[in-house]
Amino acid sequence: MKLSDEEVRKLADLARLYLTDEEVERFGGQLTDILTYVGVLSELDTEGVPETCQVTGLSNVTMKDEIVELTDPDELLEVSPLDKKDHQIRIKRLM
Amino acid sequence: MDLNWLSIAEANKGLKEKKFSAEELTRSCLDQIKATEKLNTVITLTEDHALKGARAADAAGFDHVLSGIPCGIKDIFNVKGFKATNGSRMLETYVSPYESTATGRLWRDGAVMLGKMNMDDCACGTTNESSYFGPVQNPWNAEYVPGGSSGGSAAAVAAGQMPFALGTDTGGSIRLPSSLCGVVGLKVTYGRVSRYGVIAMASSWDTIGPITRTVEDAAIVLQSMAGHDRFDATTPDIVVPDYSANLGKDLAGLKIGIPKEYFGEGVDEEIRDIVMEAVKEYEKMGAVIKEVSLPMTKYGVAVYYVTMPAEFSTNMSRYDGVRFGHKPEAETDNLLDYYKHSRGEGFGDEIKRRIMIGTFSLSAGYADAYYKQAQRARTLICRDFDEAYKEVDVLLAPVAATQTFKLGEKTNDPLALYLADALTIPACAAGLPSVSLPCGFAKNGMPVGMQIMGPQFREDLILQVAGAYEQVTDWHKQRPSI
Repeated sequence: MKLSDEEVRKLADLARLYLTDEEVERFGGQLTDILTYVGVLSELDTEGVPETCQVTGLSNVTMKDEIVELTDPDELLEVSPLDKKDHQIRIKRLM
Repeated sequence: MDLNWLSIAEANKGLKEKKFSAEELTRSCLDQIKATEKLNTVITLTEDHALKGARAADAAGFDHVLSGIPCGIKDIFNVKGFKATNGSRMLETYVSPYESTATGRLWRDGAVMLGKMNMDDCACGTTNESSYFGPVQNPWNAEYVPGGSSGGSAAAVAAGQMPFALGTDTGGSIRLPSSLCGVVGLKVTYGRVSRYGVIAMASSWDTIGPITRTVEDAAIVLQSMAGHDRFDATTPDIVVPDYSANLGKDLAGLKIGIPKEYFGEGVDEEIRDIVMEAVKEYEKMGAVIKEVSLPMTKYGVAVYYVTMPAEFSTNMSRYDGVRFGHKPEAETDNLLDYYKHSRGEGFGDEIKRRIMIGTFSLSAGYADAYYKQAQRARTLICRDFDEAYKEVDVLLAPVAATQTFKLGEKTNDPLALYLADALTIPACAAGLPSVSLPCGFAKNGMPVGMQIMGPQFREDLILQVAGAYEQVTDWHKQRPSI
């Protein structure tokens, strides 16, 4: 599995990552090495083996649907690095 | 009295007997942090907060064994009002608006935070070199890495800066640095300690545990943190045993399994010999040694580096630089561009690699061959352990397959760094508890550790087995000359 520059750019785009040309080139080789290494799993016969979904036997854990205010919403807004107005975060235009 | 090298249990005794105050103990730790500052173990020092906490403990008394005990917290934990950088530029300025359950329980019991500890960028690394805040040095020799990702926590405990620190272990991030720094590191059963408020890496693998200088101390810290939490649905509501109760009990008749794959090809000969010496000690104590096989061991790293990046890339998608995170320096004129530059600037190389691997292995057309196949292989790893525990009570093995790296030695070879976790990943895959403890030194003077793995929720048993070895050896009493 060898990743082309174009494929690396596509992955970065899907993952919302800006990469420089130098990064595209460097990561392409490294990701190819990693994917080649993990390719060893294809030699395993896993016919009829279920996928791991949990390891401690828990399933369908439920809790009461009740509202608990743990933190002041404005305190949470404080964490944003962007400007705030009327308890809202001001973002860049969408398009 | 040298306060820097006391265990938690010893410090508690001294505090109760008024041989020293909690403030003196805390000051002594702060002094040592400053004297050994070059190790770069701490990202945020919380000196005033610590002194205030220590004075409060002095006023309140020492009913709980953790009252007035100083500690470090890996910078992946949210501690309300303090920065939690996650070792990353992405969260360089992030201040936690809430408290993690694990740390909240430590403060309830009176522990005192000295600082937030250095770690690999977003807990992704095996050497602590990927930290945005610079690498950590190994206290035993500044040329060597301390291991990662909880490298700051392990190095600080090894350097006498504090009696304990918290770490997290997803693929080996507590046990590897503990082994490389010559201290005790406990990776708990998945779900034993709540992950609430701990920045997520790979959610079906992440665990929280203590790094200490003695096995007894690991039991003490676990006792405080363990148990059900309504904010983490993966913490079962089952009894929390007394983790210190079995310490000191003899091991006669206990069956210890030696998984042959952990001593075979790819494992350094010197490390193998040192760990086999420890096996002989157990034989002398009356334990029954039995060779077992875990044939899936060689697939552990591959399983991990498919499923972990899949979960990791999913978790990391929340970093948008809007609700929290890095505001990009680059000029951006729309939101999509803003996201890409926030993440491009905020994440280090290893984060980007793992996000892209995860994005790849979950993408249409590849998910079956990579992600689903790895999840099936993970089931086979779990079955390996199930079979082994039919024959033996615990498993004993080296922690690191190779000698400790020097700083910079493997920086440009991600795959070589991944293999450093080859012997710690399988226990994580199966959600098993495992404790790392020192068992000797290599010729280069660096500590070597072994791990005792047990069945799920048997932390009491592995601590008993580890504690018995500690009783008959003095590796844990060795100190680095720093």
